[in-house]
Amino acid sequence: MKSVELIIDNTTVSVPEGTTIMQAAETLGVKIPRLCYHPDLSLEGACRVCIVEVEGVENFLPSCATAVRDGMKIKTNSPQIREARRDLVELILDNHPKECQTCERDANCELQDLAYAMGVRERLFEGKRKDHPKESSSTSVIRDANKCILCRRCVRVCSEVQGIHNLSQLHRGFDTVVAPAHEGAMADSVCIACGQCINVCPVAAFMEKNSTEDVWAALADPKKHVVVQIAPSIRAAIGEGFGLPVGTPATGQTVTALRRLGFDQIFDTNFGADLTILEEANEFLMRVEKGEKLPMLTSCSPGWIKFMEHFYPEMIPHASSCKSPMSMLSALIKTYYAEKQAMDPDDIYVVAVMPCVAKKFEIQRPEHMMDNGMPYTDAVLTTRELIWMVKAYGIDFANLPEGDFDTPLGFSSGAADIFGTTGGVMEAALRTAVETLTGETLEKIDFEVVRGVTGIKEASLEVDGKTINIAVSNGLNNAKILLDKVKSGEKQYHLIELMACPGGCIGGGGQPYPPQDYHVLDPEVLKMRARALYDIDKAKTVRRSHQNPYIQRLYKEYLGRAGSEKAHELLHTTYEAREPRGIK
Amino acid sequence: METVTTHSLPPDIVEFIEACKQQEHSDSYLIAVLHRIQGQFGWLSEDHMNEVAQRLQVPSATVSGVATFYHFFRLKPRGKHAVSVCLGTACFVKGADRVLSAFESELGISLGETTQDGLFSIEVSRCIGVCALAPVVTINEKTYSRVTPTQVPEMIRAEAEKG
Repeated sequence: MKSVELIIDNTTVSVPEGTTIMQAAETLGVKIPRLCYHPDLSLEGACRVCIVEVEGVENFLPSCATAVRDGMKIKTNSPQIREARRDLVELILDNHPKECQTCERDANCELQDLAYAMGVRERLFEGKRKDHPKESSSTSVIRDANKCILCRRCVRVCSEVQGIHNLSQLHRGFDTVVAPAHEGAMADSVCIACGQCINVCPVAAFMEKNSTEDVWAALADPKKHVVVQIAPSIRAAIGEGFGLPVGTPATGQTVTALRRLGFDQIFDTNFGADLTILEEANEFLMRVEKGEKLPMLTSCSPGWIKFMEHFYPEMIPHASSCKSPMSMLSALIKTYYAEKQAMDPDDIYVVAVMPCVAKKFEIQRPEHMMDNGMPYTDAVLTTRELIWMVKAYGIDFANLPEGDFDTPLGFSSGAADIFGTTGGVMEAALRTAVETLTGETLEKIDFEVVRGVTGIKEASLEVDGKTINIAVSNGLNNAKILLDKVKSGEKQYHLIELMACPGGCIGGGGQPYPPQDYHVLDPEVLKMRARALYDIDKAKTVRRSHQNPYIQRLYKEYLGRAGSEKAHELLHTTYEAREPRGIK
Repeated sequence: METVTTHSLPPDIVEFIEACKQQEHSDSYLIAVLHRIQGQFGWLSEDHMNEVAQRLQVPSATVSGVATFYHFFRLKPRGKHAVSVCLGTACFVKGADRVLSAFESELGISLGETTQDGLFSIEVSRCIGVCALAPVVTINEKTYSRVTPTQVPEMIRAEAEKG
């Protein structure tokens, strides 16, 4: 490729043709201030914060959207540029609520950081303020248009990464608002509650529906036996909230922190993951034997499930009937565990810490209620909410001793840990399904072909004289690509793992905002979080779900066998077609 | 998904959408389709917009974004008597803004709205080419010239009498 030579801030730099000024500056270690720009999304050029001065060009140019040319002379920090940039940020602030101290994103806000970096030290103007009602109809995602700065990152992630197209800019000028079609309620929209709009929002225009007050209240209630479970991906990401390096596994500290917070029992969603594998592998092998309802589609991700119900209802029979690991474990806590402890299930309050805001939707689905109308899972906290609770309590997370989960529902195999990353469910299922099919013990249980945070992975395995075609996808645009190939007959798979969020649960909509020097959805962050999970798996002696001794005991004592009537009653679920609106 | 849950667009518009879908960049015909619907119905209903979205395979949110961006599109049904106040330069300097306010307060609705009984709606136009008669108001096909705010109640009464 042809290279282009230019001068940035008196330094000559040579970059490939087509590079933007912003990227060229980064090769010099200069990160030009930016707001609407996101490296994984299309260019917007809306905020103008990244403007630079180009010699011979009258107007300042947005560095994100301007390609370099030979001989360009660029100033990124002339007095004029510094003033113009500060003015731009001040103009955004003039229409933004002055609520930093009471805002959930205080100290975690890109606009706040920018205002600081641009040297905005006084507010010279009182701009007109927006007056939109806070939209909190959704179980999961709250839309606060008064804080919106119209960078459109949410609109872009919703359509370009997730393929949902639920959001758009409506009206014009000062009245412009980001909302679902017809400014309808989020609850009635095709929103799948993945929460990626929350992740990419630089301010607090999108937030998860907060459940921390409910959990504090349960913890303070002496009549409640409060049980918590944590999803596999929490341990790989939570440390970031306390300044630990990205990718630091923090299982033990999380357990200790939860004990300090006052939870009575600390169980592991991983146990539910091991159980999912046994149920799902059994379901899969039965389908393969009968040659029906293939490919089988995994069902752990509630965002993916709602997506299927809206946009691919004809695939519903293909979805595994297994509940998610969280819902399986919650069902066991209020039946198996309650019976063992001779407790009334209504006195048990189950909290699930999830990387996910769609889990807040899942627990309210009627299929996940007990016969008496009480939910199996009482509250879902995102990783971010738990981080806040730990900080609010004053717990020194980073220096906590490592604790252990309680038994029996806290023990898990390494196969369960990797559920938290894309490809992990597939790998865990293969470890069990292949050994069940062949009756032999696998020598190598690392299925490298399904690892890595890329959007779509495919492989064919020879098992017991049969060819098994598998595929793994994350990010729902990739799910569309795979499912369309299945529908057209272009591809024949036996098993497909689908996760709503980029990278799987490690990139979930409830995970920590990125630490300094990383951006939201940064593949580097996802890789390091995934690495943490694979390391935990590798260090365990039990790495196959079917070898989890507590799972074996559960079947013996309570469920009978995988796919039994009891298992179906507690661990399996159904789906419903939902109205599709707009676009496949 | 091709499932259309509410079928309310007339066959000629459905046919037009199908023809648009044969074209390259079929989504770029969205505005043309919305024009046709407004031409027939006088406004764009949510059901119609949702059906366009599904038939043309353009997200509903995008259809809604386009329809709300352009002032031309009406998102509420027009009244039986559509009052249009010209706010062109000549009319404006001759006091059209006060005429507009008189209509708003007399009918109890704001610009762009329709009365509950569906009889009157208020919109504005940008010069209809008869500046010598400014300020000008049209109600359906009839043009009223040199309108003053005090004439507004009588104009409304006369129109309402027509039924």
